[in-house]
Amino acid sequence: MAGIISFGAHIPIHRLSRSVIGQSWESRGTPGERAVANYDEDSLTMAVAAARNCLKHFAGKKVDALYFATTTAPYLEKQSAALIAAVLALPEETHTLDFGNSLRCGTSAVSAALNAINSGAAETVLVCAADIRAFHPKSSQEMSCGDGAVAFLLGKEDLIAEIEWFDSYTDEVQDVWRIQGEQFNRTAEERFVQDFGYGRVVRNAIGKSLKKRNAAADQFSKVCGNFTDPRSIGKVIGKLGFKPEEQLQGELNQNVGDTGSAMALMNAALALESASAGQRILVAGYGNGCDVFSIKTTDKIANYPFGRKIGDQINQKIMMSSYNKFLIWRGLVDVSLTPRPPLNERQPTPPAQWREVKWELTLSGTKCQECGTIQYPPQRVCMSCKIKDKMDRYCFNRIPAKAVTFSHDYIMETLDSPVTTTVVDFEGGGRMICDMTDRKLDEVVVGMDLEMTFRKLYSVGGINNYWWKCTPVRK
Amino acid sequence: MESIKNKVAIVGMGCVKFGENFDKSIDDMLIDAAYEAYADAGIESKDIQAAWFGNLWAGHTGQILATPLKLSYIPVTHTENACATGSEALRGACYAVAAGACDIALAIGVEKLKDTGFMGLPQTRPNATWSYRLSSMTAPAGFALMATRYFAKNNLSLEEGKRLLAKIAVKNHHNGSLSPKAQFQKEITLETAMKAPIVSSPLGLFDCCPVSDGAAAAIVVRADMAKSFRPDPIYIKAMQICQGPREGFMSPAYDYAHVEETRRAGVAAYKEAGIGNPAQEISIAEVHDCFTITELTIMEDLQFSLSGKAPEDIESGRYEIGGALPINTDGGLKCFGHPIGATGLRMMYEVYKQLQGKADKRQIKNPIIGLTHNQGGEPGAAVVSVAIVGNEK
Repeated sequence: MAGIISFGAHIPIHRLSRSVIGQSWESRGTPGERAVANYDEDSLTMAVAAARNCLKHFAGKKVDALYFATTTAPYLEKQSAALIAAVLALPEETHTLDFGNSLRCGTSAVSAALNAINSGAAETVLVCAADIRAFHPKSSQEMSCGDGAVAFLLGKEDLIAEIEWFDSYTDEVQDVWRIQGEQFNRTAEERFVQDFGYGRVVRNAIGKSLKKRNAAADQFSKVCGNFTDPRSIGKVIGKLGFKPEEQLQGELNQNVGDTGSAMALMNAALALESASAGQRILVAGYGNGCDVFSIKTTDKIANYPFGRKIGDQINQKIMMSSYNKFLIWRGLVDVSLTPRPPLNERQPTPPAQWREVKWELTLSGTKCQECGTIQYPPQRVCMSCKIKDKMDRYCFNRIPAKAVTFSHDYIMETLDSPVTTTVVDFEGGGRMICDMTDRKLDEVVVGMDLEMTFRKLYSVGGINNYWWKCTPVRK
Repeated sequence: MESIKNKVAIVGMGCVKFGENFDKSIDDMLIDAAYEAYADAGIESKDIQAAWFGNLWAGHTGQILATPLKLSYIPVTHTENACATGSEALRGACYAVAAGACDIALAIGVEKLKDTGFMGLPQTRPNATWSYRLSSMTAPAGFALMATRYFAKNNLSLEEGKRLLAKIAVKNHHNGSLSPKAQFQKEITLETAMKAPIVSSPLGLFDCCPVSDGAAAAIVVRADMAKSFRPDPIYIKAMQICQGPREGFMSPAYDYAHVEETRRAGVAAYKEAGIGNPAQEISIAEVHDCFTITELTIMEDLQFSLSGKAPEDIESGRYEIGGALPINTDGGLKCFGHPIGATGLRMMYEVYKQLQGKADKRQIKNPIIGLTHNQGGEPGAAVVSVAIVGNEK
């Protein structure tokens, strides 16, 4: 039976209180807060963060396929999964696939992964899901949704949980949609969406699936789904015999928001963090139909080496002081920036990007075979002993680092001023100068511990310039 | 290896008023600087046998110079060495004269930065070694990184460090107030400098030189001809340049509290000029104070102060006009701004005038040997020119 080898999530560190959003629109904010992707994050970079978290203690593990699910892919044409695979240094034999167009795509990617594993086409599949939901300013979903990503490494051996069964039901209804060329989702009338959208479909799917699998509601410790409103879905599953106040995994709705295609799997990950051996978790992924599957933990969950837990990430946060910043980060207002040299003079060109894919995109430099000097970026002639072309690849992206010196720069154009320019020295050798992201200004000191994170530096000329930044270590 | 010492002399110089010269084009500034230098040397345009032209952003070839000056089909070399471009133009002209390739050469630098429509310097196109994927750091940030390390290395608190840097700004602004060609000619107080808005922490507004327009020019000739042009020529003693291989950006061995290229260029120049004790033998120096922290570290890197002792020497007034080793007597980059291609020649203009005793209110007593230090790039990845000149052969 196929199941889960490892998992990890990424919740952006910035949070916006819903009361702050409410105040901005002179209306009442709902309780709690939502996660907000930094200006340098998108669905792709968040998926990389979740995948790196998932693989933190499984670095050498063979990954045969990488599936990426999102409704907010950075490119409409050009695969995201291939770029994620390159960042993770997966081999060219990796089967990369993008899933999209429905919030169900996260759980559907799991379904496809199970099929690949069960058919023998792949031994392991890394499923990543991420979303930055696209709703109008002032919409209720702007408050209730949030940004986030999750990754599951699925396979047949060394499982911390088995996926006992997986059912999928399709359903055609126009409840939430976004047409080509439009920036924001549209939704049908609220009562219709509740009652004849997810209410009808989820109830039908879970009911049929439980019946088909001879399963009962009380066999599950948790029910996990991608629901914007836990209260109304609670009523739906209550009619199926579940006790929503005990069984519905709803914490993320309160503190992070509905993360779309990642939500059901993030909820499942959170449920797994507190699950003991032999417990069952029911997962429902809604979106033009519904995927329903059952996870059952194994004995191995007791000794599972967690990456950064979702539970910890919920509590590690930087509160945003204003709603304006949220609008600016999402590009929803065109703000006046200090007149600085135009970015198009630093536009990445496809040939230059391509040359760097194999080495530098994974944040690799070189280590001299002759004198052992570690250097970034990669060099052909050693900076120490000057020998030519005697270099081994040396990857920095997981190596602990420290800040040698830094400056908060207030004149560089950025959507998160100041730019914290940082000189980073890696443990064991190697130096890099880069920006520090997701930092509080008062925590930045010489000698602080840093780790590396994959981000979007900027976007110009229709090309996203993805690269690495440093960030304070969060345990 | 032969030295250039006493083979070449400067017999004329020109320099326009630096600043936000919205009313002047590149052509205007080139013509004004060149014709002041011609008049100073007592020559005409037709006497120039070859020219070295320093500029970064005006375009390609020597045509940018030959067109406004109507140079008559002579060789023009367009030089670029980032912020050390002006000195590089002078170095090229001096080497050609020393080699006997020509007897009278023009070195001229110009930059027009106020027409770009934005703050700061234009971007340089990404290239293979400075990838678009590396840090987007600004020039102030690049030097701020050194300030933080210098403070830490010398146990200076942020307050003490900023006060020390402010003293440099106050000194240079005082000198600028005596310089009719400076962009800023106003004195400032220590408090003003220390309380100024932060540009790149810990550097504030008064720690940074402005961006400006300007041009400066020199006429160089064979040393044995020099006195036929004027009674007080200035002789080239050393003309060194040091290009770092960007090692400080890559090697944890670099302490980020000094500039290696400055140290090495200084050592090479002192050797070429035969100077054993620079702290005693140099009468005056114009150094690249693009930021106050740069001037501070240059004092140690050029051996004017012992390592870690620059703060004491700054406090004691050693580097003020009237001090033992006056630095940036014209106000430096702090008051002249930094039109990239022109700065190195502007520095030499001040040293030349001082060595001739023609620096008016800024005049120091009995100078013999002067030095210019002109830096391109940033700490960890710099190119540094050190030129030494004297008024005796």
